[in-house]
Amino acid sequence: MKSPEDIYHDLEAKFPGAGITREGNAIVVPKEKWAETAVFLKENPEYALDYLSCVTGVDYKEYLECVYHLYSLQKKTGLVTIKVRTDRQKSELPSVTPIWRSAEFQEREAYDLVGIHFQGHPDLRRILMWDGFQHHPLRKDYVQENQDRPPGEF
Amino acid sequence: MEHTLSEPTPTLDTQMLEVNLGPQHPSTHGVFRMNVTLDGETIVKLKPVMGYLHRNHEKLAENMTWLASMPFTDRLDYICSMTNNFAYALAVEKLAGLEVPERAQYIRVIVAELTRLVNHTLLIGFLLNDLGAFFTPILYAFREREKILDLFETISGSRMMCNFFRFGGVKQDVTEDFIPRAKDIIQRYPKFLDEFEQLLTTNEILMARCQNVGILSKELAVASGISGPMLRATGVPYDIRKVDHYSIYDRFAFRVPIGAMGDVYDRYFVRILEMRESIKILEQAVREIPEGDFLSAKGAAGAKAPRTFKPPKGDVYGRIEAPKGELGFYLVSDGSPKPYRYHVRPPSFINLTVLEDMTLGHKVADAVAILGSIDIVLGEVDR
Repeated sequence: MKSPEDIYHDLEAKFPGAGITREGNAIVVPKEKWAETAVFLKENPEYALDYLSCVTGVDYKEYLECVYHLYSLQKKTGLVTIKVRTDRQKSELPSVTPIWRSAEFQEREAYDLVGIHFQGHPDLRRILMWDGFQHHPLRKDYVQENQDRPPGEF
Repeated sequence: MEHTLSEPTPTLDTQMLEVNLGPQHPSTHGVFRMNVTLDGETIVKLKPVMGYLHRNHEKLAENMTWLASMPFTDRLDYICSMTNNFAYALAVEKLAGLEVPERAQYIRVIVAELTRLVNHTLLIGFLLNDLGAFFTPILYAFREREKILDLFETISGSRMMCNFFRFGGVKQDVTEDFIPRAKDIIQRYPKFLDEFEQLLTTNEILMARCQNVGILSKELAVASGISGPMLRATGVPYDIRKVDHYSIYDRFAFRVPIGAMGDVYDRYFVRILEMRESIKILEQAVREIPEGDFLSAKGAAGAKAPRTFKPPKGDVYGRIEAPKGELGFYLVSDGSPKPYRYHVRPPSFINLTVLEDMTLGHKVADAVAILGSIDIVLGEVDR
């Protein structure tokens, strides 16, 4: 099995100068290269990362991060963690739903709760909150309606 | 005088009918809505609508200590609180680098496998309810489930909301009569399954309603992140207990049953076979369980003073084979007593992705059976 480190080196060789970096066990891919990288990770028979287990967004205050957890069911290997970062104001990322269908609901959830706009998603609507809801509750600056303390101070 | 009936013109325009199944519909297993477009009685479009039970579990968890989220995980999939606890405890232990004593590992496996029995038994009962066998099979399912829930009550104090796991072990040691009673249940369970199967497995109505209904292909299942019995029913031999070797599952001999067609019937039958494998694991676990601590010293300190429990900075993804599929927790710690980010990967939420694909071209009554065979719990779907 190829370790995440090997995959990182392969990605660097495949996309030289793209700015792919490592952070712990995770591989950080710039958002411009993410769609291409995703196809490469899935199609390359050496990894065969055919199973996108978990997609979620995290608000790090300076930027938003989308985390992808990949496994291979064919080779029974994993876990490969990919992180893609985006701007907080104009939070756009390419959708991976066309590549892994399992992202369909999870991207909708990340859009709903964290406010990441996935470009190319077939049906990007709110999924858990109601349609008329304005905010994204998992953002760190979200203030609840009847909250009497500033965000983050409970 | 002759009367002739005019033939209906074949070009007569018909209208599609849009129907809301739910949120208050007996077939939806809770407050879940299916926006169905029908051509006659055939489904041409189906959009699931969820979120009626949404309480932002993840946001709540960000505002309390790590341990304080444990009772909230009970409410995710409220049929299987023990395995929810298990997944969360495992993820946090991975993050904080905590060891779990031997005895606690065995207790965990025993309660997790008993939970699997509860879940699968109940699901089959509910599935038969959906098929129209109203409350007869589920009565037998409830009877067996009650015995296991009584057992959970003796060790945790609660039948369903067990809150039994702690980081580094379990809340308290099992009572003296736990192992003998568990042995008794395990010994009787195959007999119940035989009885259940005699009623159901070759039942003509069940076969007619379930075979070749809601077929899911291997390729679509893998691409859509389907997990658990639903994935294995399509013929993919993937069980996280075997792949990740988490906890002490590599010590037990058991097989991974798979289906051939990926239809509703396979999903039913895979669960029956899985229960028989769970019984094998349980037989081995109750035989081999050692004496010793139920909670490590570090874990006990963390459980006594939850505010002092601060996992190191970093993030972790931990997952287990819950009865419904892959239950994962993605946790981010910033070194404070509260999680910075807490995300649940609920299996039944993601398994719903393919609901439309499975139901297209079937009748409404089949959609009800297909939904039943996915095994959803809305507490987990909506979080």
